[in-house]
Amino acid sequence: MRKFLYAIAAVGLLVSGVAHADAISDRKALMKEKVGASMGVLAKMAKGEMDYDTAAAVAAFQTMNDVTKTFGDLFPAGSETGGDTTASPKIWEDMDGFKAKLAKFGEDTAAAVAAAPADKDAFMPVFGQVAGNCKACHEMYRVQKN
Amino acid sequence: MKRLAAALVIMAIAAAVIFWVLTMPQRLDATVTANADAGDAARGERMFNAGGCASCHAAKGAKGDDRLKLGGGLALETPFGTFHAPNISPDRQTGIGAWSGADFMNAMLRGVSPEGEHFYPAFPYTSYARMQPEDIADLWAYMKTLPVVEQANLDHQLPLPFRMRRGLGLWKMLFLSDQPVVAIASGDDQLVLGRYLVEGPGHCGECHTPRNLIGGPDTSRWLSGGPAPEGNGKIPNLTAGAGGIGSWSVKDIAYYLESGFTPEFDAVGGTMVEVQENMARLPASDRDAIAAYVKALPALDSQ
Repeated sequence: MRKFLYAIAAVGLLVSGVAHADAISDRKALMKEKVGASMGVLAKMAKGEMDYDTAAAVAAFQTMNDVTKTFGDLFPAGSETGGDTTASPKIWEDMDGFKAKLAKFGEDTAAAVAAAPADKDAFMPVFGQVAGNCKACHEMYRVQKN
Repeated sequence: MKRLAAALVIMAIAAAVIFWVLTMPQRLDATVTANADAGDAARGERMFNAGGCASCHAAKGAKGDDRLKLGGGLALETPFGTFHAPNISPDRQTGIGAWSGADFMNAMLRGVSPEGEHFYPAFPYTSYARMQPEDIADLWAYMKTLPVVEQANLDHQLPLPFRMRRGLGLWKMLFLSDQPVVAIASGDDQLVLGRYLVEGPGHCGECHTPRNLIGGPDTSRWLSGGPAPEGNGKIPNLTAGAGGIGSWSVKDIAYYLESGFTPEFDAVGGTMVEVQENMARLPASDRDAIAAYVKALPALDSQ
């Protein structure tokens, strides 16, 4: 009986460990492959390395906005560690503050999609408003590990 | 036996005298401080941003005009104790409004207070010592234009041996120098400017260079990063060695300082956010010079 309980506990630990590892890799993938990649497109247009294109800008803002809808669910209790993560422990100490930053990012990207800036002059302030969210959150909730 | 005791007493007195003389705070020569009160406030704003004064001396998280209220703020937790950044606003009672330009220059270049005591090197005068006196005069002129904040200083919380400031005189003999760290061929004005901004006012080495056991910068590992002095995480290696930023171009570094975005469009985080926002306020030519210098650093692998 005791062995059986140990086995159950071990499986439970393993499953939760795997689940948390999934949360860590999922949230990293979203941030890098969706948000980071979109930011790459937007920043290149802002820097003039790429011609400004309204459709491309709106698509990038929309991709970011989509991420904000699920991103907050990827920080379950227990996923503070257990993988290669640069999430700060402050996220779990202040989950409301973290979610508020995420909500602000959601609002700003939704407003950017709605604005659909017609040209680069209209785009620049909208881009600035959205881009400010990155460091506003990282300042508090991300630690440097490399 | 009596003779031995007498010899020991004499040796102890001699040691105490030597310690006292060696650790005496050294003020600057009057010729250096002659123009300390004749600076230009408009030029001083550039030094204020390069020096990141607000990052520690304004209230934590201050944005916009609140950055200019230097009533003291940050509690810096170090292996030696907790240091509280003092009030450096022009308030005459609680700030530094009663100081002279020469007092300010002695603080910045020598780490010596108007009362003739050593400041703790949590105040990064080990970097500021490399600044030009004219730049400090300009900074002083600018700081006198900032808002008066009436706010009493908090005492540092330090264990007993570190409460005696006199011993810092020995520490300064080891680590206080006005000489540049990285050798640069003369004639390259941009690299020389970049070196000045990084090694002097920018005081990048205070975090990005690892410290030895007694808290001095290990200049043999200049700007190669290390464990974060407070909290968890690491301070990045700025050189081109393994674990560093060798893949970044000069343009990438300058753009990071301007926008906060890395070449992979990851965004600046942690305490570097404040630093980056200060760098963004500098003229583009200053950021380009900093980037050129960083790119020219001797490559060191992360440890």
